[in-house]
Amino acid sequence: MSSLVVPITLFILALLIGVEVIGKVPATLHTPLMSGANSIHGIVIVGVVLVTADADSVLGYIFIFLAAVLGTMNVVGGYVVTDRMLEMFKSSKPAKGSKDSDKAAAKEEAAQ
Amino acid sequence: MSVIDTIAWFVYLLAAVLFVVGLHDMNSPKTARQGNRISAFGMILAVIMAFISLFVKGFVSTTAVIVLVVGIAIGAVAGVLSAKKVKMTDMPQLVSVFNTVGGGAAALVALNDILTSKGGPTSVVLVTAGLGIVIGSVTFTGSLIAAGKLQGIVPGKPLVLPAQTLWNNVVILATIVSFVLLIIDHSHTGLWAILATVFAMIYGLLFVFPIGGADMPVVISVLNACTGTAVAMSGLAIDNVALIVAGALVGAAGVTLSVLMAKAMNRPLTAVLSGGFGGGNAAATSEGEGPEGTMRETTADDVAVQLVYADKVIFVPGFGLAQAQAQRTLADLGELLKGHGVQVSYAIHPVAGRMPGHMNVLLAEANVPYEELIDLDDINPQFSSANVALVVGANDVTNPAARRPGTPVSGMPILDVDQAQNVVVIKRGRGKGYAGIENELYFEDNTQMLFGDAKVELQDIIAAVKELID
Repeated sequence: MSSLVVPITLFILALLIGVEVIGKVPATLHTPLMSGANSIHGIVIVGVVLVTADADSVLGYIFIFLAAVLGTMNVVGGYVVTDRMLEMFKSSKPAKGSKDSDKAAAKEEAAQ
Repeated sequence: MSVIDTIAWFVYLLAAVLFVVGLHDMNSPKTARQGNRISAFGMILAVIMAFISLFVKGFVSTTAVIVLVVGIAIGAVAGVLSAKKVKMTDMPQLVSVFNTVGGGAAALVALNDILTSKGGPTSVVLVTAGLGIVIGSVTFTGSLIAAGKLQGIVPGKPLVLPAQTLWNNVVILATIVSFVLLIIDHSHTGLWAILATVFAMIYGLLFVFPIGGADMPVVISVLNACTGTAVAMSGLAIDNVALIVAGALVGAAGVTLSVLMAKAMNRPLTAVLSGGFGGGNAAATSEGEGPEGTMRETTADDVAVQLVYADKVIFVPGFGLAQAQAQRTLADLGELLKGHGVQVSYAIHPVAGRMPGHMNVLLAEANVPYEELIDLDDINPQFSSANVALVVGANDVTNPAARRPGTPVSGMPILDVDQAQNVVVIKRGRGKGYAGIENELYFEDNTQMLFGDAKVELQDIIAAVKELID
């Protein structure tokens, strides 16, 4: 079991960092936070890519296909929707980043 | 450790660091968007590194790689389409759907590791992958039902089986037995892995069905924590630092948010998760002792007069506002009043909307600057100096009965709306809130009721305000 010692230590320390960092996020941003954290667990896609190396059975192909579809949907969709939400948070004061959001708005208009 | 593995380890570590930095930047609306992009950049790095490892170290079958790439392409298109199309009011459902697929993917990676690994998996893999399977499967079915309840496909009211506790215990026991046998009985690994998956999926259903629709945000947050843990377990199984750290971060986020939300609803997390409330069946406790007095009705014209001549107005939006699609109309009214010199702010209860912070997103979409959205603790002392508090589609979170013991809302943190000089409540009908009791606020002397659709009434008020200002 000794091979698990370092990974479990990492897991516990990361948990503590998570609690510390998340606790500082204001209630205003809790929905984007939840959605953003949600996209982070899409990291499982890395696991899918790595296990592909050993797959050589039909069962393995099916698992990899399903996991790749689900995991990528999680990670790509999660980041895009979080970005969409955060883009809407605007300050009443003219912000430095306003040029950036103008560009994004123009892009959206063009897409429609 | 080979060179490529060492490089990969550090790239995954860098990705994990970027996730932490990204989450840290979420602590202010100014930096949050950048934070999300930093986190996405970390994700791209990790995925590219995984592909490099795959090609450098080689793979057994080209078919597997083609299947992988096609799967990723389909998933990416599905993800972008759903993320671009979703309405902001439907955000909680989408988060839940993404959680469903994430949990499913984590369970599949773990299941794949057990079923297809050469020469039989080691006991470390069996334990961690087993946990990944169980937790991921519970999340998969649980989040699916949660999304269904929020979308209205599955009835929102608690659906309790006869002898629910017995069934729960039987299924939990069956899951644990399959899990233990998976670890000790090496001759039937595949069978036990599949049984553990099936029982855990059934438990996911039994877990979420009995919980009422109003409590779904807490459920989603808890299941989000579960997915994180499942991903971390899969990470332990395949010995990957990025999965372990990212999973732990998400687990911590889910737990922290669940506890915060349960606190805001003033119910212990355990009470929420054991089901019951949330569907309005607490009503029985309060029958027969409704508040005294009568409701006073008012008109849009009268409300307009009060708003125009006020110095300070506080809007109190609830989910009813979003259901009526009236966020923009309320924001227009706010702009109009500000232009006339009235001080306008928005009081945001922690559980306004369908998930924590949901109301902030809905109002941000309507272009309300975030400085005007004020949290419960900061806005409450301001109500006494407000001339008008305009409540739109919020109910239980304004009920003064919460300050007394012995009611279903007792102890719940509320917005002190009744302290304002005048209170105007726009409400669709005379129905009760989720807690199933009358709102005593409606019977106060300084409260006036405007019954009707929030959007229509707000439009009438805007028209009347415009006439007064011109």
